[in-house]
Amino acid sequence: MHTLSLKQLADGLRSKQFSSRELTQHYLKRIETHDPKLNSFITVTPEIALAQADAADARIKAGQAGPLTGVPIAQKDIFCTQGVRTSCASRMLDKFIAPYDATVVTKLHGEGGAVMLGKCNMDEFAMGSSNETSWYGPVKNPWDLTRVPGGSSGGSVAAVAALLAPVATATDTGGSIRQPAALTNLTGIKPTYGRVSRFGMIAFASSLDQGGVVARSAEDAAVVLQAMSGFDPRDSTSVERDVDDYLRDLNRPIDGLRIGLPKEYFAEGLEPAIRACVEQAVKQFEQLGAKIVEVSLPHAPLSVPTYYVVAPAEASSNLARFDGVRYGHRTESSRTLEELYKKSRGEGFGPEVQRRIMIGTYVLSHGYYDAYYLQAQKVRKLIYEDFRKVFEQCDVILGPTTTDVAFELNSKMDDPVAMYLNDIYTIAANLAGIPAMSLPCGFVGGLPVGMQLMGNFFEEARLLNVAHQYQQAQDWHRRSPAAFA
Amino acid sequence: MSLSAEQVRQVAHLARLEIQPEQVEHYAGQLSRILDVVGQLAQANTEGVTPMAHPLAMVQRLRPDVVTEPDRRADYQAHAPSVQDGLFLVPKVIE
Repeated sequence: MHTLSLKQLADGLRSKQFSSRELTQHYLKRIETHDPKLNSFITVTPEIALAQADAADARIKAGQAGPLTGVPIAQKDIFCTQGVRTSCASRMLDKFIAPYDATVVTKLHGEGGAVMLGKCNMDEFAMGSSNETSWYGPVKNPWDLTRVPGGSSGGSVAAVAALLAPVATATDTGGSIRQPAALTNLTGIKPTYGRVSRFGMIAFASSLDQGGVVARSAEDAAVVLQAMSGFDPRDSTSVERDVDDYLRDLNRPIDGLRIGLPKEYFAEGLEPAIRACVEQAVKQFEQLGAKIVEVSLPHAPLSVPTYYVVAPAEASSNLARFDGVRYGHRTESSRTLEELYKKSRGEGFGPEVQRRIMIGTYVLSHGYYDAYYLQAQKVRKLIYEDFRKVFEQCDVILGPTTTDVAFELNSKMDDPVAMYLNDIYTIAANLAGIPAMSLPCGFVGGLPVGMQLMGNFFEEARLLNVAHQYQQAQDWHRRSPAAFA
Repeated sequence: MSLSAEQVRQVAHLARLEIQPEQVEHYAGQLSRILDVVGQLAQANTEGVTPMAHPLAMVQRLRPDVVTEPDRRADYQAHAPSVQDGLFLVPKVIE
């Protein structure tokens, strides 16, 4: 059962080949057996899962099933789930039981009837690219347990890659869906900023954060994204615009599609073996009838410096809410209010979160605001303008997702800058707000390689169509790690 | 761009973060290296460029001024570290 696509699972449930309860029990068993090796879940929720499965079975019996009814899903532990610990992988929220559901959770489990298996591990407050900053310990890559799965959605990808969940939600502020998807042979999509509600999604950098999904194919990703997307009056930056039908265009041929290759994404720093995989994919797209156009995103090399001003600035402001007073960790010993704040935050946040709060505080402080924050916002505009111009020349942009395959655990933890450079190809899409995805395109030394597709605003359907067409012609995405068969 | 130990202590104070004295130098080194990368921004010619705060050119949406949420104070205070009579308790602020 755990190798079936979402469409096959929905068919199996509707034709009574198996019930949602049986399917859910099967996945819970797999989590129990395999997750101790991976640490991909912070909290497993078997009681909730089985209750939701029974409700789904009743809905299916009544002929009221949707495409996700009865299908198990893992939630990244950044989405608030009423009555269930929502930790954001931080000691700060270790005991936080969310008093409400995120809109994404309501849409998938309430309206959609999906079954929640549990809450996935992640980098603390989604700050990291290796899932090593989690208070609950690192997640291992199912393809090689000595390596990282990427981050920040490391638990989500490890769970799906190891077939412990059919799909998982994830979030992406600078690459946190796409980079881990690339390192674990998954298909992950970050939609246009404002497409998926941020209500109940714990904030990191509010002008960049966007929810999405990691799955084993573009088709599976399309099914879940369809259910997650839509206008939400509770999110002030949610877009009032109808959601496209992401499944309708999947089978459209891509004959005549113009694919732009930005020369900056194939420059120094890209491992030759990764480049070879992506170039091979380009050839396959040509065989499918696509036209290749060389394009340029001249300000792309400034994405990392821009991001490491904008994101920490917004984070330092967002994380000011954790004060040890209303919820979250509170220090045992404090004599004054100031000491209460300082000790609670010093104890509750890990080193990476503290670094980012300090950088953010610094770039926003008097005397540095213009040189750093204002300048970063101007360069952000230049990066956005680059994309606007390039989308006059091509329909989608293609490049590598990462410079290399998954790296070894503990190899970059003492060097924040080396860690930040993991997101060199993914950050620009967040700064501009455009949709982007990663999908498998080969292996190097037994480890997965991903390629990235970026589209114009609200062109998720086109990205999914292009990815699906590639996945009809190639089968990289069908491979799973042998140890978790 | 390098941050001194004193600047790190000042920034940590502004952010209301207690950092251990033995961590200050370590943080100073790491934050300085991050700021070196950020320093590349100075190369960009941004004359006449309008700062971009947000990806969507949207006007803040307004809603009718009506009550939309029920009173859930008790739920929201249930996980507060210290409450009494519906109030959040903190150490004494006024002598």
